[in-house]
Amino acid sequence: MIQRFLPLIVTMAVLVVGFLLCAAQFPNFASLRVVGNLLTDNAFVGIAAAGMTFVILSGGIDLSVGAVIGFTTVLLAVLIEQAGIHPMVAFALALIVGAGFGAAMGAVIHWFQMPPFIVTLAGMFIARGVSFVLTTDSLPINHPLYSDLNEVAWRFSGGGRLSLPAMLLLGVFALSMLLAHWTRFGANIYALGGNRHSAELMGVPVARTTVGVYALSGLLAGLAGIVFSLYTGAGYSLAATGVELDTITAVVIGGTQLTGGYGLVLGTFGGVLIQGLIQTYITFDGTMSSWWTKIAIGVLLFVFILLQKGLLAVWSDRDGDPAEA
Amino acid sequence: MSLSLSGSTRNLPQYGALVAVLLANWLLFPDFFSIRLQDGRLFGSLVDVMNRGAPVALLAIGMTMVIATRGVDLSVGAIMAISGAIAATMTQAGWGLSAVLAASLASGLLCGLWNGVLVAVLRIQPIIATLILMVAGRGIAQLVTEGQIVTFVSPDLAAIGSGSFLTVPMPVVLTVAMLGLTALLVRMTALGLMIESVGVNRLSSAYAGVNTPVILIAVYVWCGLCAAVAGLIVTADIRGADANNAGLWLELDAILAVVVGGTSLLGGRFGLLMSVVGAAILQAMNTGILLSGFKPEFNLIVKAAVLLVVLLAQSPALTTLLPRPRGAQPIKPHPVAPKRTTP
Repeated sequence: MIQRFLPLIVTMAVLVVGFLLCAAQFPNFASLRVVGNLLTDNAFVGIAAAGMTFVILSGGIDLSVGAVIGFTTVLLAVLIEQAGIHPMVAFALALIVGAGFGAAMGAVIHWFQMPPFIVTLAGMFIARGVSFVLTTDSLPINHPLYSDLNEVAWRFSGGGRLSLPAMLLLGVFALSMLLAHWTRFGANIYALGGNRHSAELMGVPVARTTVGVYALSGLLAGLAGIVFSLYTGAGYSLAATGVELDTITAVVIGGTQLTGGYGLVLGTFGGVLIQGLIQTYITFDGTMSSWWTKIAIGVLLFVFILLQKGLLAVWSDRDGDPAEA
Repeated sequence: MSLSLSGSTRNLPQYGALVAVLLANWLLFPDFFSIRLQDGRLFGSLVDVMNRGAPVALLAIGMTMVIATRGVDLSVGAIMAISGAIAATMTQAGWGLSAVLAASLASGLLCGLWNGVLVAVLRIQPIIATLILMVAGRGIAQLVTEGQIVTFVSPDLAAIGSGSFLTVPMPVVLTVAMLGLTALLVRMTALGLMIESVGVNRLSSAYAGVNTPVILIAVYVWCGLCAAVAGLIVTADIRGADANNAGLWLELDAILAVVVGGTSLLGGRFGLLMSVVGAAILQAMNTGILLSGFKPEFNLIVKAAVLLVVLLAQSPALTTLLPRPRGAQPIKPHPVAPKRTTP
């Protein structure tokens, strides 16, 4: 049991220690306002990272999430501002398009037996390309519903607020944990990621699970796009470039094995917050340059991968099973 | 091997595609093939295609061998940024050309060594091992340039980007030289065979006596070197280093060029020349889209379409579905996962 939870414990310990260090240096850090903003600012990355967790647990990878987020913001801007469609309808359409796009990639991966890496790379090109064709400008969204939605928040005493994106983030992670750990679909994903061949022999519906995993990732990337569009109030085809890497990093820091099969959704939540914490620290500090964020995240990524390797080596010695050929 | 006779017919689709794209460009733009000599340097659309395609072609040379070992190197764009940043910063600080080139290329070798050790010794999955440098590399490049866009005035260094050698633009000369050197190293020795064997089955290669860690490290080091040369060219061309944007997303273009060139992502047989042809096809398409008056925004969609067509053509599932030409035996699909062997 400890095997399963040790990476999560380490991730959460890093998060808590990091937060305490920040709070020790900046007395204003330990406030609900900072925590609320941490959740709001990282909501779109977190929602996409939840989807990425499922993909990686199934033994795949999805490089298209950043492009799908960018595409969704452009699609929303075009639908709402140029076609005059009500935002709620546009949101629903964006989610359907995101899920459909993911499902299509999953289908290609499964039935043509192509590496997920390259299929989702093509998906990334398509999603960015279509958003470029729709518009290369940044389109503002001025619908009154947007300002109303941005006002929706749970206000704490002392000035902190839990905004709608932050609530969505928490909701997505709650549902994702349910889906991963208490449903047949979740169990199938773990089985598929652990060993595809055994999963097939065990009767796991491999086709349905693969398509479902990528559809889920696309759906959550679409939702992340909606959140991003609420957050920036605009649609821009270059929005969220590189977010796929942020989400993969969050998943790894969260303790999920990149070979699939091992990992917890809650860990990814910790991974997202650790990345956000580093950024917030650098903002608080004021004198450090933003490139330190990248270096710090790179170092953290390295340390966590080494930790995983070490743990895996210890377990596989015990089980007498070679970790990899 | 790709130099053999049977290899030349296997590569017909790539040559065909290149010729088709060039002819399409010629139809759109009748002056496409005209080349003129001016100030001791060749000019023309065709020269331009080769010149602009040089950085991706260089990356593709290194990437081909990494992919042949069943790996991938996502950090080449970041390595380009680092080597460019070092070159520009040192030139601005007054260092001579040879010191600048040595330091810049050494940074590429060092980055490659880091990737190689992670993959070969620590046995981290290549995508993830190189992701670390991809994330941190741009930060390192910005550390070197101190977050600024460093510009320099040095005709010596600028000549690497915009100069010419015997009327041929310098980037093209460097690419051809790297291609020749690499081909010499891997095809005139057993190195190429070992790289392919590691890609087909790392465990069996190790049992057969191939020093797999050394081969893997060498491959990533060479890929880093190619990326450093590409970074030098880009920096010399714009006479400055932009740590944020130099080589941004070029790793994806390089992978695409390798795939278009026919090297399988599942490792094994590789074709260096074909990857350079792949890079040329991509660049020619890019130029064609610009010449034809389409919006450059279509470029990404066209790239995605090409990628999907090539992948579908290579797909093991599709090969078994389609009838084989002229009664050839159907080949068995490539196993998706390596079978676990008990030693």
